Amino acid sequence: MELTPLFQWIDTQLISLVEWLGLPIWFAELLEMVLAAVAVLLMAFLIVLFLVWWERKLSGHFQQRLGPMRTGWHGWLQTIADGLKLFQKEDIIPTNVDRKVFFWAPVVCFASSYAAFAVIPWGEGVIPTDLNIGILYILSITTFVVISLLMAGWSSNNKYALLGGMRSAAQIVSYEVPLTLSVLGVIMMTQSLSMVAIVEAQESVFSWFIWRQPLGFAIYLVAAVAETNRAPFDIPEAEQELVAGFNIEYSGMKFAMFFLAEFLNLFLVSAIATTLFLGGWQGPFLPSWLWFILKTTFVIFVIIWFKWTYPRLRVDQLMEFCWKVLLPLAFLNLIISGFLFRG
Amino acid sequence: MNLDSFAPVGIFLTLGIVFVLVTLAIAKLIRPHRPSDAKLASYECGEQPIGTAWIQYNPRFYIFALLFVIFDVEVIFLFPWAVAYQSLGFFALIEMLIFIGILVIGLAWAWKKGVLKWA
Repeated sequence: MELTPLFQWIDTQLISLVEWLGLPIWFAELLEMVLAAVAVLLMAFLIVLFLVWWERKLSGHFQQRLGPMRTGWHGWLQTIADGLKLFQKEDIIPTNVDRKVFFWAPVVCFASSYAAFAVIPWGEGVIPTDLNIGILYILSITTFVVISLLMAGWSSNNKYALLGGMRSAAQIVSYEVPLTLSVLGVIMMTQSLSMVAIVEAQESVFSWFIWRQPLGFAIYLVAAVAETNRAPFDIPEAEQELVAGFNIEYSGMKFAMFFLAEFLNLFLVSAIATTLFLGGWQGPFLPSWLWFILKTTFVIFVIIWFKWTYPRLRVDQLMEFCWKVLLPLAFLNLIISGFLFRG
Repeated sequence: MNLDSFAPVGIFLTLGIVFVLVTLAIAKLIRPHRPSDAKLASYECGEQPIGTAWIQYNPRFYIFALLFVIFDVEVIFLFPWAVAYQSLGFFALIEMLIFIGILVIGLAWAWKKGVLKWA
């Protein structure tokens, strides 16, 4: 079942409502945009609830444990219980933090991850706004996450937090370069930065860009795992040395915001991988939005699989891998694509 | 260029900020608030915190940030080139090879200088 008829129905209802109220017609458009944003926010919530549970279950089974089992069927209510618990937790703000920066860091972190969802194509015709600079917009708005991590790490006035924040920032900005270069290969073929145009260029399974950009996909996936600070690149929050990293002084709902943003980012990089390389919503029989969700979930599964397969890299290995292996490979990929897809 | 399509971006940003503020406000109503000296001290694994964390730190981070600025700005220049690539023809390929060549020389120089080494 496609979602476009539903949207058209909502659209006509809103317009008749606005006309009945005697308000100008742009008010209906505004209402529609706000509704879309709220719907995406709810969706983001569901995604995080699911992802946290799924990661814990998968991690459990990878280690021949069961994972959460007590709250609900196979522990599916566990994340909701944890969320409710965090809601009631005392918000401890240590005396020697920089209070303003400390307060705004989680706000910046969540808002910038969430804003990137404005151009995610969930299905055919299911996209809040099809910006003509789509992918460039995502790459730039998610950079604000780095700033929020630096804000959190520095303002906490805690040595672990500072080290974690600095490491995160250095890692994310370094891997940003090969990631952006790997995206360029796709753009050379589509001649467009719009997310919808990129998906529409990959109609059949054989025209998925993963076949024409295998090296680009590999570089993107590795860089994306590093961008989200996940194992094996989770040196910024290496538990054994830094306890928790940049968010060590945060508690209660502020901590929950960082946590939410982290999983939103995981979904985001997987959704971009799906859109750029795996044909986005394209697929037979099933509705387009279901294909998109299935493909993205598969990419997330692979990323979680990485976590339990590779040991954590040392900080020097991490940086040198980026600049000495990934970046030259990304340049190579760009040159090969240049020769192959010449106009 | 249609600026209208950017309106949802503004709504998303606003909603993201408002959502966090509202959630924090609701949490403030129902959570306990019992601060004590020990709770409000910086966390250092149970030890008494020694000094402040606002100190000088490894300049390595700074050098990688500089490298990032150089490379990312040049990658941004490649975006319009990539969008127009197929209509530019053979000329674009040569130009890209020269541009990437300069980037690679820069990378090789940084590599040889030992800038990329984390020490």
